Amino acid sequence: MSERPSALVAGIDIGSRSIELVLLENGEVVHWDLLPTTYDPLKQCRSLLDRVQVRRVVATGYGRRLLEGNPGQLEVRTITEIQAYALGARHLVPTARTILDIGGQDTKAILLTPEGRVAKFEMNDRCAAGTGKFLEFMAVALQIPLEEFGAFALTADKRITVSSMCTVFAESEATSLMARGEKPANIALGLHLAVVSRTVAMLRRVGITPPLVFAGGVAHNPAVRRLLEEALGQEVMVPEQPDLVGALGAALHAWRLSED
Amino acid sequence: MPGPYDEMWEKLNLDLSAHEHLLQVLGKFYGDIYLSQQGRLKGMEYLDFVLSEVHGLRIQELQAAKAQGRKIIGTFCIFVPEELILAADGVCVGLCAGAEIGKEAAEKILPRNTCALIKSFVGFKLSRLCPYIESCDLVVGETTCDGKKKAYEIFEEYAPVYVMEIPQMKQACDRDLWRAEVVRFKAKVEEITGRTITAEKLREAVRLVNARRRVLKRLNELRAAVPTPISGRDVLLINQVSFYDDPVRFTAKIGELCDELEKRVRAGEGVVPAGTPRLMLSGCPMAVPNWKLPYIIESSGAVVVGEESCIGTRNIRDLVDETGQTLEELLDALVDRYMRIDCACFTPNRERLEHIVQMARDLKVNGVIHFALNFCQPYAMEAFKVGRALEKAGIPMLPIETDYSMEDVEQLKTRVEAFVEMVR
Repeated sequence: MSERPSALVAGIDIGSRSIELVLLENGEVVHWDLLPTTYDPLKQCRSLLDRVQVRRVVATGYGRRLLEGNPGQLEVRTITEIQAYALGARHLVPTARTILDIGGQDTKAILLTPEGRVAKFEMNDRCAAGTGKFLEFMAVALQIPLEEFGAFALTADKRITVSSMCTVFAESEATSLMARGEKPANIALGLHLAVVSRTVAMLRRVGITPPLVFAGGVAHNPAVRRLLEEALGQEVMVPEQPDLVGALGAALHAWRLSED
Repeated sequence: MPGPYDEMWEKLNLDLSAHEHLLQVLGKFYGDIYLSQQGRLKGMEYLDFVLSEVHGLRIQELQAAKAQGRKIIGTFCIFVPEELILAADGVCVGLCAGAEIGKEAAEKILPRNTCALIKSFVGFKLSRLCPYIESCDLVVGETTCDGKKKAYEIFEEYAPVYVMEIPQMKQACDRDLWRAEVVRFKAKVEEITGRTITAEKLREAVRLVNARRRVLKRLNELRAAVPTPISGRDVLLINQVSFYDDPVRFTAKIGELCDELEKRVRAGEGVVPAGTPRLMLSGCPMAVPNWKLPYIIESSGAVVVGEESCIGTRNIRDLVDETGQTLEELLDALVDRYMRIDCACFTPNRERLEHIVQMARDLKVNGVIHFALNFCQPYAMEAFKVGRALEKAGIPMLPIETDYSMEDVEQLKTRVEAFVEMVR
């Protein structure tokens, strides 16, 4: 890697919760890294990039503009998460037609043409209902570590309906369910079901065409995965490292630019 | 520090310190969005001037007209026949507002889920920040949507309101209703102004308003060129200013600007690099200073080449037949022209779908961005059919629902940029 540093291109996905970096050499992943976003995302980006030598960077994610015009930096191009996830997911699953990305603060449903171009997309607007943030808040409310929240929900013995999708209202709904003596696992499942039903509605608006790739941090959550497959009646493919798909897509774009 | 207009504003009962703050914010906003543009036309200097004097010189002109015994009539909708106002020597000003002003005050008397446009005109009035509303001898409302209809009932306590009934279908009986409404409005204008509307005066007014429509049509034809010679933001501004500037002066100035544009088009000069994606806006009106979405679009590597909106083609597409001799013939011509407006308040409203597809094709756009204000049922609902009609025509559409606040700018940027990437 250090022998031919100029052959490397980087993709960086600056999300609301974490920042991921993927390096490519000749279109193949040779290195990846990630850090939490924190309150100083620019510093986090720098420490990720300082560890590597690259000749081109493409940034994506909600903080994609952060690296633009930074003196001493390489020229940084940007693409949206929509484009990045389309490129990344398609690289991992070359026949992918529908992509679902649930990240820290937004959810995206993307429909691709058979050739892999973005045909249609939907995103939640200003409200973070039904996103990773929602699950994070609810895990805190139920005092379950976020990483275990999905597995915990799957231990439920009953399906209850949580009707609020607003993070604040859902929390108070969960609190009143607890006060009524409902088992925390059942409440957790209800909260996951609420996320999934909202997600499915968004997917249906773009029109679900298999194969469907599920990416973003929330794809780690086994309850969301299973409930999603159940609701859609079809297989949901989750990449090995679902949170790197955006950075991978950005890196692929950087590689394309350097090939031109 | 007292300014040259303070006395006038004080007489109009404006909240001087809040108003000063508003003008500062607006000036900064205008500088960022408009004056930062590259390759602008010389003719835009007039628009910059008009906007910098939006609450100054133009208001002074209105006061001067009032001193001569002319009446100022404010409107909120392109359905209100301006020709009748001008035929009675009145001054017509558009009162639609596009800034989140006085929202808290407005929400005291309106439900929170009211569209931003309604909240804005109520907010401006309650916070005493709009010299136009304060100058009006009559404010004309209309029954286009339930929100406006009911808001006028409340607004009546704060301003002299008159409401016109707009039909919701386009059958013969609806035309009869509209004709009766036009005649009733004519009588109201005559009563307020103390002037009689004669055939001659009405014909003159029809010609005057048609001339303004023609110059704006000419502008739209010129900007349709590939590459487009003017930014969408600038054309939107011109359309916005057309609602409150003096019609004769405005027509002359935009005529000059069109001459300049013609030269650019002939030279094949574009305002953006060749190959920049061309987008069209469709939907709710964008009233001054609502430049949020056009600015986001044009900062995302695309250019706006059309506005299918009341502050856009809907206001200028159709002319009034000028050949009528008698007052009755001229009134019929007015009625027929206004009945052709394809507002989403009508059902069904197939003409609008046809107009959008035709316009998108004529302008050779890569895509359409449909803009609906939050809680605007007519346009938000019609977006579905617009999307389908465009899909059939092979033209991508991005539906956006937003308001005047800046809180969703980042999310909008992502969606607009992704759409531009998609249609490129």
